[in-house]
Amino acid sequence: MSELTNLGVREIRDGVASGEFTAREVASQFNAAVEAAAALNTFIITTPDKALEAANATDAARAAGKPLGKMGGVPIGMKDLFCTHGTQTTAASHILEGFVPQYESTVSANLWNAGAGMLGKLNLDQFAMGSSNETSFFGPAKSPWRKEGSNMALTAGGSSGGSSSAVAARLCPAATGTDTGGSIRQPAAVTGIVGIKPTYGRCSRWGVVAFASSLDQAGPMARSVEDCAIMLGAMAGYDPKDSTSLDMPVPDWEAALDADLKGKKVGIPREYRMDGTPQDILDSWKQGEEWLKDAGAEIVEISLPHTKYALPAYYIIAPAEASSNLARYDGVRYGLRDLPDGSGLQDMYAATRADGFGDEVKRRILIGTYVLSAGFYDAYYTQAQKIRTLVAQDFEKAWAQCDVILAPTTPNAAFGLGEMQSDPLAMYLNDVFAVPASLAGLPAMSVPAGLNSDGLPLGLQIVGKPFDEQGVLNAGLAIEQRAGFTARAEKWW
Amino acid sequence: MSTSTYRIQGATGEWEVVIGLEVHAQVSSKAKLFSGANTEFGAEPNTQVSLVDAAMPGMLPVPNRECIRQAVRTGMAIEAQINAWSRFDRKNYFYADLPQGYQISQLYHPIVGEGKLLIEADEKAGIPEDKWIGIERIHVEQDAGKLMHDQHPTMSYVDLNRSGVALMEIVSMADMRSPAEAGAYVRKLRSILRYVGSCDGNMEQGSMRADVNVSVRKPGEELGTRTETKNVNSVRFVMAVIEGEARRQVDLIEDGGTVVQETRLYDPDKGETRSMRSKEDAHDYRYFPDPDLLPIELDDAFLSECRESLPELPDAKRERYMGELGMNAYNAAQLTAEVETFARFETLLAETASALGKPESKVATQVANWTLSVAPGVVKMLGDEANLEYATSAAQAAILKMVDASEVSGGQSKEIYEIVLKTGRDPAEIAETEGLKQVSDDGAIEAEIDTILAANADKVEQYKAGKDKLFGFFVGQTMKAMQGKANPQVVNELLKAKLG
Amino acid sequence: MSVDKQTVAKIASLARIEMGDAELERMVPELNNILDWVDQLGEVDTSGVEPMTAVMPIAQRLRADEVDADPLTGGGVRDKVLANAPAAEHGFFGVPKVIE
Repeated sequence: MSELTNLGVREIRDGVASGEFTAREVASQFNAAVEAAAALNTFIITTPDKALEAANATDAARAAGKPLGKMGGVPIGMKDLFCTHGTQTTAASHILEGFVPQYESTVSANLWNAGAGMLGKLNLDQFAMGSSNETSFFGPAKSPWRKEGSNMALTAGGSSGGSSSAVAARLCPAATGTDTGGSIRQPAAVTGIVGIKPTYGRCSRWGVVAFASSLDQAGPMARSVEDCAIMLGAMAGYDPKDSTSLDMPVPDWEAALDADLKGKKVGIPREYRMDGTPQDILDSWKQGEEWLKDAGAEIVEISLPHTKYALPAYYIIAPAEASSNLARYDGVRYGLRDLPDGSGLQDMYAATRADGFGDEVKRRILIGTYVLSAGFYDAYYTQAQKIRTLVAQDFEKAWAQCDVILAPTTPNAAFGLGEMQSDPLAMYLNDVFAVPASLAGLPAMSVPAGLNSDGLPLGLQIVGKPFDEQGVLNAGLAIEQRAGFTARAEKWW
Repeated sequence: MSTSTYRIQGATGEWEVVIGLEVHAQVSSKAKLFSGANTEFGAEPNTQVSLVDAAMPGMLPVPNRECIRQAVRTGMAIEAQINAWSRFDRKNYFYADLPQGYQISQLYHPIVGEGKLLIEADEKAGIPEDKWIGIERIHVEQDAGKLMHDQHPTMSYVDLNRSGVALMEIVSMADMRSPAEAGAYVRKLRSILRYVGSCDGNMEQGSMRADVNVSVRKPGEELGTRTETKNVNSVRFVMAVIEGEARRQVDLIEDGGTVVQETRLYDPDKGETRSMRSKEDAHDYRYFPDPDLLPIELDDAFLSECRESLPELPDAKRERYMGELGMNAYNAAQLTAEVETFARFETLLAETASALGKPESKVATQVANWTLSVAPGVVKMLGDEANLEYATSAAQAAILKMVDASEVSGGQSKEIYEIVLKTGRDPAEIAETEGLKQVSDDGAIEAEIDTILAANADKVEQYKAGKDKLFGFFVGQTMKAMQGKANPQVVNELLKAKLG
Repeated sequence: MSVDKQTVAKIASLARIEMGDAELERMVPELNNILDWVDQLGEVDTSGVEPMTAVMPIAQRLRADEVDADPLTGGGVRDKVLANAPAAEHGFFGVPKVIE
């Protein structure tokens, strides 16, 4: 049998539905690929039985002539930030090591209901805080990509680095990601895959370990725009358990995919041309412009004047929310408990949290605690939220001039593991292009644009109007068709 | 505003006490503020805890409409400003009874703004005249869980059943000047909450508890430093805390010390407060808007339903009883203080008025006396023998009807009611078969009077000569002869006629 | 604005994260780098700008007052609530003895 692991979501779904192969065959091959790829460190735990179980259910449904789901027979990887009933969920932290949720997140439940199966729980930056996967308690996921002529281990991006690595390495046709300030788009870009963060509220946050509530959004990561459209359709939907969930119908994004952009205007934000941006990034951006023009779109220059302030505002808002969201990890009800001899309750908290959180998480908790503390709240937090308003208003004004915005996803291609670790600030700058859309809650996607001179993938980002995932997907499809990105990492693991 | 005369006598002169109260009232809702777990009191530990209340990873709050509604209705009942736009904030601190590591509360934009509450004059208690107490705000927040310290030698046990139950925090202005005013405030607030139905007011079960802020000053001087005594759960304790804390502060200052702003705890056994130093370390709650929740925007339909569903409130009811029903102030106050009392009264009033075919205003005094004094007297006397299921308004109205028609005397009405409460028999039937009817038959009474007057001819002479006091003697003799069953009015009239 | 070691120690204590001297020393410049960088937000004139309260223009929905309507957000799930507890006895969570 041909390698089913090369197939994407639609191909698997349709192949299973037509009887070309069984879901069990698909699951088995992916299970084997996962098992053989331990060197990539993409999975925190693998769940081959879950994948087979779901596949069997799909095969049985098909045999019984029952309709198959939107993701019928498609095994996927689940970022280990989604709580999965009966399966350990860690957020890549020590403090949640061994935690077995007694509930299923809404998004993962939606996927299982759509016929998907789980291959395992994917590695990530601890509590989704990081851009390289290096803050994972379980060690970083590695990118399947390498620079031409080099054996240096590269980052798969972060925080959804396990997801990006696994999809790029064909350990799964698709995976869930979450994006707070670029955590889907940046890893997708540096591993040559597609990832979309939908409008804030499209996917329920219920059961997803929270990082920064006002920013966190789940989304799919796959190797094609079409696969992302299919999977997003299965993930999204109104959830009354999440106050911020959008009570709107989920469009059939897959059916409405259309790469013809005649009559559409694409905005090029001049403030994204930042000093020091490498030439290969600028070139790929220019190329993207040409592709979209070729697809019939009109290119317009736009201005998003507060772009510069988005990232620092994000680094106040996100840590502030995180410092509070992570207060529940206290060793009382679940997870790690560190109780030194003779210590009291408050000592237990301090010891547990010192032991259970990694450096970056601690750093962000401290920043968040500081900016919310008495006397600093207005200068930091309130000011940051005002700037967030200005950033969102910049986009609102831009929508008068264009339908989607084109920008680079990241300021650079994948870097080597360990290269940036010593400088948190340099690491934060990875998300400079991704964060504005996060602050404004807008749908945004990264699509592969090609390889740089080192042979590493670069991504292009498309940002759309609120609720207009379709516009984003369509522009992404136009790029995808023209970029003809077929490169794949040579197998070394 | 009236000034209370309450003063603490110190070595250096008189001191005034300044009091503000933060009352935490549990909202009457079936489910918790942000989850579907039950709020009933007294369940097995952790059986009324949802994954949300236990702050499991990824759990999210969704507010309960009823809790918001009850807070708004309560605000309306104290004539407060209702904020159609409000939102929840997080108050961050670590404690074992607080699973999220923060309490969801409202600091910046509470749902209810400024209002006021009237406490009535009570000379005996030292409240010379009616006084309005300002209310600064009401906000909605989560209750915490409960810690038990005495079940295990080295561990405390955590029960989260209360965790996430909705509370209203009702914050008064520092307008009270005596323990009596504070007591009256809590009682009145409790009464309003129970009228509105937003809190059951059960202080023993912790449905209502107060944080008592006390400071002292020389009259007319600047406010002193205040202390806050937490979780005081009865009106009596609130008053005791104020007395004790004011005394302590005066003694402290007069001995050359200074009052520290601190949290204190009341020990009802010792009747004193003590400092809670354990909670003093670095208060910095880092309030910020809860990003899991959106602003609450109340539309006109919601607000008008809240307003229209409000019942007649204690002050209005009292005014109406005194005005429309012509009741005295004391009775009106007594009848309107508790929901159960006025409910009983109004049902009986309606029933009696209809039985008598008279307007309510004509029978209100009689029904009020019955409700406040006669009926409770009989119930009290019977104790366990009384079956209160028989205390129907129909039975009581039937008795009142016989009294009104002079068929039975006041004394007989009590005896009849006694039998009703013991047996559930029909009052009219009891009056008939038990001989509990008074005789109004002129002939029978006249015959007895004639006999008595004939037998006491000397006294008749004396009476006629001007010894008016003897009239009572004749009445007594007649009643005695009639075995107490004569209608006293008829006796009076006949005697007067015969004695000229 | 910048922090010194004492401030970091105070923040760490507020956040209930135990930190030794060496770790505090290390954190000071790391946090100051970040704080110096975010200080640029002070340049922006935000007078008359409302802080963002909801990223999507929707108001809070309110839930019906129903007990255990959805098992995922209802009570009566003590086994699930206690399943991961480091110490649970007699239906309670156990914590080191607290003296109030």
